[in-house]
Parts: sequence; structure tokens; C-alpha cells
Amino acid sequence: MSAALALGDDALVLSHRLGEWAGHAPVLEEEVALANIALDLLGQARVLLSLVGDEDELAYLREERAFRNLQLVEQPNGDFAHTIARQLYFSVYQHLLYERLAAGGGEFADLAAKAVKEVAYHRDHAEQWTLRLGDGTAESHERMQAGLEALWRFTGEMFQPVEGLDATGSGVDPEELESAWLSAVTGTVERATLTLPTGPRTGAWTAGAGRQGVHTESFGRMLAEMQHLHRSHPGASW
Amino acid sequence: MSSSTDWPLWEVFVRSRRGLSHTHAGSLHAPDAEMALRNARDLYTRRSEGVSIWVVASTEITASSPDEKDSFFEPAGDKPYRHPTFYEIPDGVKHL
Repeated sequence: MSAALALGDDALVLSHRLGEWAGHAPVLEEEVALANIALDLLGQARVLLSLVGDEDELAYLREERAFRNLQLVEQPNGDFAHTIARQLYFSVYQHLLYERLAAGGGEFADLAAKAVKEVAYHRDHAEQWTLRLGDGTAESHERMQAGLEALWRFTGEMFQPVEGLDATGSGVDPEELESAWLSAVTGTVERATLTLPTGPRTGAWTAGAGRQGVHTESFGRMLAEMQHLHRSHPGASW
Repeated sequence: MSSSTDWPLWEVFVRSRRGLSHTHAGSLHAPDAEMALRNARDLYTRRSEGVSIWVVASTEITASSPDEKDSFFEPAGDKPYRHPTFYEIPDGVKHL
């Protein structure tokens, strides 16, 4: 499996999920922030998928089982806190990963060096909102905790070995990445007066499943919407 | 926006990378100064490198009254000696 495909699919799918917020965010300013993050991710996806083949064909003409994204990023938006929890888990991972890729000097070094600035901002945005919701009102605290709990079981997959992303040549050691991620997320969660979930992080059947093309129920519906037009008019140029 | 998310208004001043001073760029709503800065960066700078942003709660700003405009700004206009208009500016002096 190509690591570019895995990382590109992560960015593409999360970008689409964030795009679903357009017109529905709690306030106008947050609307812009989520759209900004979605645009950054889409830009990353285009570069990564172009390394693999034709970006449009890859995005619009692959079946569900051919997508290599983490199951975490395909999870539905839920409420705002749920979206922020997903964003926190993923952007901390992505930030740590890209920092290491940029320093590692492998094939992704240049791309990661560009993307790491964007991702640092995504991470900051997610952390700021985690703090505000967690340490806000009783209701926002409860919702933020619920978001962290609901998505916790998808976080183990981020540290499954990915071919081309392991310690050989890329500078990424999954175990070291995982401990850095855990300590960063734990710090933010505790500052937000929340509790780090304690459940299992890799279910028996979900361990690395997204990376192998096994996805959760809502993903097929998401793809149907995303690919509809392209499949209706194959070969058209837009 | 419902009243439960009735966030205060902030005024945004931006100094562009090559600019000399902060210029009022607009305003926005945010729950606190930290978020106001981030929102201002998204809305008014498009993340250009090397810009400086100030956010000020709108309630902190005191404005001159439009009704007092005459007494406030007029009297100096007819006294040319109050204006530095009789100086030759040497070449090479920038930003005057």
C-alpha cells in the first residue's frame, strides 16, 4: 500500500466532512475557520493523490474498499464538540507525523514541510476549542467529553504501521509517535478539565481496518454524495 | 446567532508584512481575545506570513463625536503656520 494514498485519503475524507459544516456552523467566524481547515486538507490531498495517479479519478472513481483513510476521519460530524474531538485527535497526530516526515528527509519531506504550518494551526484551533468547551458550561463540558469518548476507539489505528511510513527512511517510528500523541492529547484534555477516555483503542476488527479498505457504515453514504456528479457524467471536464 | 452565543464585538487592526502601521481592517465576533485573534487571521489576513494583528474589544474604544466635528477639527484649517507645509523634503526621505 502506498503511504501517499493513505495520507491523501485521510486529508480528502476529513476535508469532505468539514465541508459538510458549510452553512451550519455555530457562528459565522467558525464557519470560516472550518472551511479554511477543509481547504488546507483538500490542498494536501491533491498533492498526495497526484503522487499516486490522477487526483480526480482517485477521488471520484474508487469504490469504498479502495479507500485507505483512517476510520477516524470518516466519522460523521455529530455536534460541534464531536467534530472538535475528531479534529483534536487527528490534527495532533497529523502535526506530529508531518514534523517527523519534514525532518526525516524521505519522499514526503518537502510536502510535509509545507503542510506542517497549516496543520499546526488546525491543531491549535482544535485545542483552543477543546479548552473552551471542556471548561465552559456544564453542557459544553458534557458534550466535549462525549465526543472524546465516542471517537476514542478509532485512535489506535493512527499508529498501526503503514508501509513507507515506518522507521525506515521516513524518520517515523509509530511507537514514538504514539507516545508523543498520547502525552499531547492528555495534556490538552486535562487542561480542559476533561478526562481521557479509558476504553480500548483498537477493537479486534478495527485494528488498522481503514488502512486496509474496511470502513464504517456512514462512509459509503458519504462517498455516494461526494462522487455522484462525477459518476453521472464520466469524462466531463469541469 | 442565538442570544446564548451572544459574543462580544472586536475591532481588528492589521499591519501587513511591508506595512508601517496597523490599519483598521474590520470587526468580528469572538468569545474572547484569543479566539478573536484566530478569527481575525482567517478573515483578514489569509495567513500571509509576517503580519501583525491587534484585536481590541469594541467597548474599549472611545470615538470622537460627529456632532463636535467642527470644534474638534476645524480651527486649525485656516492657520497655515500650524501645518508643516513649508519644508523642502530632501530626496531619499521615505514614508513622509
